[in-house]
Amino acid sequence: MPALASLVCGFIFGLGLVISRMVQPTKVLGFLDVFGIPSGTWDPSLAVVMAAGLAVTGIGYALLRPRTPIFDSQSRWPTATAIDRPLLTGAALFGIGWGLVGLCPGPAIADLATLSPGVIVFVIAMAIGMAAHDLWQSRAAAQLERKFAGLTAADG
Amino acid sequence: MANFTPISAAIGGALIGLSAVLLMLFDGRIAGISGILGGLLNPQTKDRAWRAAFVVGLIAAPVSAVLAGYAVPIPQMPKSFITIAVAGLLVGFGTRLGSGCTSGHGICGIARLSPRSIAATMVFMVAAIIVVALTRHVIGG
Repeated sequence: MPALASLVCGFIFGLGLVISRMVQPTKVLGFLDVFGIPSGTWDPSLAVVMAAGLAVTGIGYALLRPRTPIFDSQSRWPTATAIDRPLLTGAALFGIGWGLVGLCPGPAIADLATLSPGVIVFVIAMAIGMAAHDLWQSRAAAQLERKFAGLTAADG
Repeated sequence: MANFTPISAAIGGALIGLSAVLLMLFDGRIAGISGILGGLLNPQTKDRAWRAAFVVGLIAAPVSAVLAGYAVPIPQMPKSFITIAVAGLLVGFGTRLGSGCTSGHGICGIARLSPRSIAATMVFMVAAIIVVALTRHVIGG
């Protein structure tokens, strides 16, 4: 049942991307191109998408905050609060990639449906980037653990 | 503002919000695409089913739209596959390092008024705006 609910949610999300035309990278770039403001070609659609999405999510989350979900014992609200270097570096790297093509993860996945070779290359590279990050993180964690184990052994 | 499509943008945005609210209502999860996808790709993840189902739904939406006679545009991408691959790597690595993307931080995080998500969204927006300014108006000419 949780997977079925998630399938429906993914479908609604995808419809939102199709209807808002955020599946078209040039539409996103039309928003990011601020030189279009003085020349009159700027496309503020993405800002409207975000505003509408935020209004619905803001109200919905406020109502759901004290409740437990239907198919799980607890809601997984994010708990991190620190505005730290990984957050800002990661956001900057993501922004550079987003600006180069005009695709972020949601539209990239939805656009796989078009079987466009460019999108397929993008999604494969994105998956490699994600896996590379997680591999790097788990290696760093293992190294730290070894160092810690070495220290406690020396103490003992 | 000849390309501005406020009505379809508002309807589409509201649907994205609805999806985020329903995923929290039913599964207690944040609708962050990079988090859902990253978890799916990580071999240590145990909760694969709902993640895979979300991705399937996301791809099924444009397919269904086409079958229903709705025109889904062919994505216009840069000519260079190297540019595309570099962008994909940056988006993948960056969203995992920064714990979110346009959906997780930009919609779900800001909706919770998370200072972390507000900061991340400002940074990726500004970075993207600078890159577009450089590629379209400085390098691209």
